[in-house]
Amino acid sequence: MQIHISNDGPPIYQQIVDQVRFRIVSGVLHCGDELPTIRGLAEHLRVNPNTIARAYRELEHEGLVEKRRTTGTFVAESVQQRTAAQRRQMMGPHLDKLLILSRQLGFDTEELIALLRKHDQRFPPLDGPS
Amino acid sequence: MNEHTDGLAVNVNGLSRSFRGKVALDHVDLHIPRGSIFGLVGLNGAGKTTLIRHLIGSFRSQTGTVRVLGMDPVVDCVNVLKRVGYLTEEDSLPTWMRVGELIDFARGVYQDWDDVYATKLLDLFGLSRTDRLRSLSKGLRARAGLLVAIAHRPELLILDEPSSGLDPLARHDILEAIIRAVSDEGRTVLFSSHLLDEVDRVCDTLALMRVGRIIETISVDAMHEQYHEITCRSDSTAAPEVSGVFGWRGEGHEWTGVVDSAQTDSNKLELPSSVTLISQHSITLERWFAAKAGHERDNQNIERSNVPTEVADVR
Repeated sequence: MQIHISNDGPPIYQQIVDQVRFRIVSGVLHCGDELPTIRGLAEHLRVNPNTIARAYRELEHEGLVEKRRTTGTFVAESVQQRTAAQRRQMMGPHLDKLLILSRQLGFDTEELIALLRKHDQRFPPLDGPS
Repeated sequence: MNEHTDGLAVNVNGLSRSFRGKVALDHVDLHIPRGSIFGLVGLNGAGKTTLIRHLIGSFRSQTGTVRVLGMDPVVDCVNVLKRVGYLTEEDSLPTWMRVGELIDFARGVYQDWDDVYATKLLDLFGLSRTDRLRSLSKGLRARAGLLVAIAHRPELLILDEPSSGLDPLARHDILEAIIRAVSDEGRTVLFSSHLLDEVDRVCDTLALMRVGRIIETISVDAMHEQYHEITCRSDSTAAPEVSGVFGWRGEGHEWTGVVDSAQTDSNKLELPSSVTLISQHSITLERWFAAKAGHERDNQNIERSNVPTEVADVR
């Protein structure tokens, strides 16, 4: 997994959680796919193994991955049902940021929605599962 | 053997050392649990190398005790050194040797030398037994030093600024070797470095040294949780004074400071009315280091910069 670690960002375990979660929720990783071993990913990223273990625990806690005894860590089978709520939750901080910025710049919510619609037209229509 | 009962690879208590009356180490306590990657950070001259030299038996303690893998590294020098791998920033390899001769020499010294592993490392590092150490680049010579430090699979690997002045690929190999050493059956690594982003990635615990003392030992996770950085706007151009916030840095009206949440509730900062909070964010190890290692100097600067503002207030 080509995870990018920035030295100036959030804590390293958080960066790993975010990037693995993105891969799972966006469908790049599928149910039952195996994640790299803690040791393998630690060596590859040159990151303390405890940090990887912590990131995996966090993903397990979120229900996105599951540990199978002695074999490794896998993308959870039940991810599909959970993602609707989870995807909404992931949008939260970005929506808050957008709202704060638009208020500071003097747009009300209706104007913001209109702006969103206008920008949305620039993107190809969404045809995946909703 | 009590080394297995205390669970510490390194156990230093009350170690002090002076050179010609100049204090180099001042009541240092250092406890490194087995299986950890322990970072030692501090400015040049803080005492990191002096402390490390005590661990490998080059210096005898003047006061205090030093135990490495449960043994006294001066009394039990041979037994300590055969279980320790050591790499320093200095180019201390015998440069007249060829790589193969260096390996044969090390194999004779270390009874646990692993030939298969050594050959694998040789290949991985792009070294050849016939290379003369003198004619190798600095990065390749560091890899040869690393090979000799780890091919006997030491229980404790001590790296004193291993990557300073090396190219990124050589640093990459060193960090990977550190991680591999620890994920291999819980070996222990002590790593001193100025490259704080590397320390942040690799270490689980760190100790900060300043003028011969260890002023803080903290897990990297706890550091990120206990400390964060705030950005403020101040009506005056002097550094703000807020309790629990230190290491102010900035100019003009905008300042950033480091909040210690053990000292103050970071959600209820007592900001003076002249100071407005702009943002709070997570802290980098580098910012924490600068605030802690340069703490005293910061205070002096604040005292000095207060003088003109007091005059201005009189009007």
